Amino acid sequence: MQELWSRLQDSFDQAFIVDDRWMLYVKGFTVTVRVAFFALILGICIGIIIAVIRTAHDSQRKSAHGAGHVLLNIGDKFCRFYLTVIRGTPMMVQLLIMYFIVFASSRNAIVTATLAFGINSGAYVAEIVRSGIQSVDSGQMEAGRSLGLNYRQTMTKIIIPQAIRNILPALGNEMITLLKDTSLVTVIGLKDITKTALNIQGITYQAFMPLVSVACVYLLCVLLLSKLLERLERRMRASDRR
Amino acid sequence: MKRKILALVMVLAFALGMTACGSGSGGTLVMATNAAFPPYEYVDGDDYAGIDVEMAQAIADKLGMELEIQDIDFNSIITSVESGKADVGIAGMTKTEEREKNVNFSEPYATAVQVIIVKEGSEIKGPKDLGKAMIGVQESTTGHIYCEGDYGADHVTAYTTGANAIEALKKGKVDAVVIDNEPAKEFVKANEGLKILDTEYVEEQYAIAIAKDNEELLDKVNTALQEMKEDGSLQAIIDKYIKAE
Repeated sequence: MQELWSRLQDSFDQAFIVDDRWMLYVKGFTVTVRVAFFALILGICIGIIIAVIRTAHDSQRKSAHGAGHVLLNIGDKFCRFYLTVIRGTPMMVQLLIMYFIVFASSRNAIVTATLAFGINSGAYVAEIVRSGIQSVDSGQMEAGRSLGLNYRQTMTKIIIPQAIRNILPALGNEMITLLKDTSLVTVIGLKDITKTALNIQGITYQAFMPLVSVACVYLLCVLLLSKLLERLERRMRASDRR
Repeated sequence: MKRKILALVMVLAFALGMTACGSGSGGTLVMATNAAFPPYEYVDGDDYAGIDVEMAQAIADKLGMELEIQDIDFNSIITSVESGKADVGIAGMTKTEEREKNVNFSEPYATAVQVIIVKEGSEIKGPKDLGKAMIGVQESTTGHIYCEGDYGADHVTAYTTGANAIEALKKGKVDAVVIDNEPAKEFVKANEGLKILDTEYVEEQYAIAIAKDNEELLDKVNTALQEMKEDGSLQAIIDKYIKAE
């Protein structure tokens, strides 16, 4: 028992105390949070735009024609292409392509990673948002329109708020996945918290302390995130009659 | 109640499964390596080749064991060795004090130097010019550790493989790559427009990593290595892959 304890203490020292290594974890953590946070915002923006284009395209009348109709058709084709490509290829491959091919001349790995993750997340968010819009009863749109609101007003004031409430759990899932997926940035040499753990493993050749600590950090972040989401959900349900 | 019993059975089955994995290998010597480090280890067709691979084969022959190779991530090699999934880790690994706290190293079997690769016409002429540059390295190699120590972590980008570091150098994402001499030669041979600087960065020695509690294997491996050094067969293997200049 005593021996186990002193071994644990040694490995703790090696993983955190020697050369002030804990500083590296803190630095890595800020990178993880930066990439995840900005990618999340970008993903949500892309997702909403795409979902709106797709539903607008799907809900237009058969007899529709004119410039708006053509534009919508092109937009829809593009969105479908984007969804197919992003959802059909692995995140790590996308990240490597972004780093080595698309942004070959850029040295800012953080921005590259943020863009790659944001673009990836956007595809999933788009489908989540679209499912949310479709989950709102079509009578709501009819009611809004018959009260004299136009399409855009009905969308922003009636449909989207209800849709967001419906998709919160799924959106939360996507956020959690995104946060954990950022650990893939190790392949492009970005020093996030996972990379920090791997580096310290490489220096000391002991895996237990760095990896388990990093796992705990991710776990805590996810716990915090789901607590926040739970609160938000509860507040949005306040007006519900169930 | 039924559910509880079921849960208990599941837990037991899981625990049994875990212990079954932990049992040691009998007549096989399991070698963990990262086969992306020519000429020490690399994939040749559907087989592994290289100095480390042939040396491991020779050691296994001496010990009367079968050699089994596991090709895994460089960082995971030591974890495999520590946890007993592999018996030896041979991947051009350098002995350092920090590492020796967690794993045993055999006697060194080869000497290597860390060199600097740059693009043709680069302004970097030697280690003293690296201070202002962005340096690409392979993750967790000693090149990585030394560069972070000498130039600071902000001047170093670590890639999972040496090939990725070279790709980054070609694309201009880093100004120089610090890596072991022998793989450096292979990389420069395979990619036009790159060159190795004449000034060496650090000299170091490769050794075989063995789990702390496996002193018996360490002794056997050291004896085998000693024999191979004496009868010249180790040198013969090295010479086969590294042509003297």
